[in-house]
Amino acid sequence: MRAFSYERASTIEAAAKAAASTDGAKFIAGGTNLLDLMKLEIETPTHLIDVNRLGVDRIEPTPEGGLRIGALVRNTDLAADERIRRDYAVLARALLAGASGQLRNRATTAGNLLQRTRCPYFYDTSQPCNKRQPGSGCSALSGFSRQLAVVGVSDACIANHPSDMAVAMRALDAIVETVRSDGTTRSVPIADLHRLPGDTPHIEHVLERGELITAVVLPKPLSGKHIYRKVRDRASYAFALVSIAAVVLPDGTGRVAVGGIAPKPWRDEAAERELPNGARAVTAKLLANARPTEQNAFKMALVERTLSAVLAEARG
Amino acid sequence: MQSPGALEISRRDLLVASAATVTVASTASLSHFQTSTAAASQSTKISFTVNGERRELQLDNRTTLLDALREHLHLTGTKKGCDHGQCGACTVLADGRRVNACLTLAVMHEGEDITTIEGLGQPGSLHPMQAAFVEHDGFQCGYCTPGQICSSVAMLEEIKANIPSHVTGDLLAPAEVTPAEIRERMSGNICRCGAYSNIVEAITEIAGRKA
Ligand SMILES: Cc1cc2nc3c(=O)[nH]c(=O)nc-3n(C[C@H](O)[C@H](O)[C@H](O)COP(=O)(O)OP(=O)(O)OC[C@H]3O[C@@H](n4cnc5c(N)ncnc54)[C@H](O)[C@@H]3O)c2cc1C
Ligand code: SF4
Ligand code: FES
Ligand code: FES
Repeated sequence: MRAFSYERASTIEAAAKAAASTDGAKFIAGGTNLLDLMKLEIETPTHLIDVNRLGVDRIEPTPEGGLRIGALVRNTDLAADERIRRDYAVLARALLAGASGQLRNRATTAGNLLQRTRCPYFYDTSQPCNKRQPGSGCSALSGFSRQLAVVGVSDACIANHPSDMAVAMRALDAIVETVRSDGTTRSVPIADLHRLPGDTPHIEHVLERGELITAVVLPKPLSGKHIYRKVRDRASYAFALVSIAAVVLPDGTGRVAVGGIAPKPWRDEAAERELPNGARAVTAKLLANARPTEQNAFKMALVERTLSAVLAEARG
Repeated sequence: MQSPGALEISRRDLLVASAATVTVASTASLSHFQTSTAAASQSTKISFTVNGERRELQLDNRTTLLDALREHLHLTGTKKGCDHGQCGACTVLADGRRVNACLTLAVMHEGEDITTIEGLGQPGSLHPMQAAFVEHDGFQCGYCTPGQICSSVAMLEEIKANIPSHVTGDLLAPAEVTPAEIRERMSGNICRCGAYSNIVEAITEIAGRKA
């Protein structure tokens, strides 16, 4: 790990300002992703701003009938919150399907959204990787790509986003609230938070330098069956090959977001309108522009079958 | 030929010595482009409670909670397996919650209350969970065991606090202690020796006794 200076921020404004004014600064929340990457010197911040004591760790009702989740709410506490379990079960389920009990106790709402890919070459500093070292090439394209994305990819990068939580938040149309270093705030729909790789896979989201996530807002609850189904290589403590977050109404309409297959939670409202016509119709639209590799082409069928199981559960 | 005495240096001393070498080297290279005041800010004074005792340390910011416990406080019961959050051998309790000590910085725990396996119980006054692991043969090599025990003690508290899990059927019903729940909730603790079934038995016994 490279050496760094450290400060504990006590106000939102101070944290954002410090991040923008200090070269090489990064926020640290749970640290479960950032420290992992710092140990491998994939992340090399020269200054860490600890945001754990900002006090943005509560879940509060909004005037619109939704919930505002503080950026520092731990994954365990979010999944255990009574209102989340009752009114946003798809989110509780997605959180509980991720990582381990220990990790969820530390992992935060904001950190989970901004966690980086698990592409094996991104982690292997002896291999070329455009995301880690722009312009060096993508080792995954001709390498081990079984886990990686099939849609939303580019010639520069086929990494997938590893978060479970974000997939449910995409289905729920969550909104990410931030504060910039000049003190101005903005709201970013989760659909717009993560960027597709294009020619610049090292730029993963739309946040500016020093922009701090303060909360994630959930609109008012959606009725219907809330389901999160995750398919992985072992039954627990493994990242998704494919996951589906769905809210399905009795008439067969609803919402579907898919994880494990793209650089961001993948949802397509046109594909969603096919829900009453079944999993095959939805998948055909959802994956129309997919570009799988030989090794991950199985995800194409897996998405359809997982969705088919989800729809059966919704009917059941 | 080397004298046998030279070989009596322990593996531990070697690790300490090589770590020291690394520190010296990195400090030296830093001094090329940083002033001494900046270098000084790369360490932080921290004070926290470990196993009921107030401790103060001046630590390089890079020191993980795990290394602070093992290398600075010499509480070597907590183990380093993967150092990347993947095995659970480093599990300790921070303000009563189980965490991976390898994926958190010591400086982030200012003022907190840390409990390690040494704080749960000692030979002669074992924590009930420690005794149950012995009784049920919940280990073979023992390397994962301190993490398993810290994790299971906190895990039962999580069930008591009605925190759901991935295998909980009804999210609105009270959390239950079943073998399936225990297995899912303990999946962050890997046992290379595969002592899982005895571990589940040990935990089940303690959960039953508490109820
Ligand atoms: C072994 C292992 C298994 C895992 N399995 C899963 C899994 O199955 N599913 C899953 O979804 N996840 C999984 N994870 C990932 C885990 O969920 C993430 O590491 C965690 O959610 C990150 O949150 P954090 O608070 O620890 O983030 P940190 O590591 O503290 O930060 C991550 C990033 O977010 C930035 N950041 C943090 N807070 C803010 C803020 N308020 N504003 C702006 N930027 C911020 C940081 O600067 C950093 O770049 C796993 C992790 C491990 C180690
Ligand atoms: S897929 Fe992306 S992250 Fe993986 S090696 Fe290629 S460029 Fe790097
Ligand atoms: S040593 Fe911390 S999880 Fe493996
Ligand atoms: S007892 Fe050997 S690793 Fe678990």
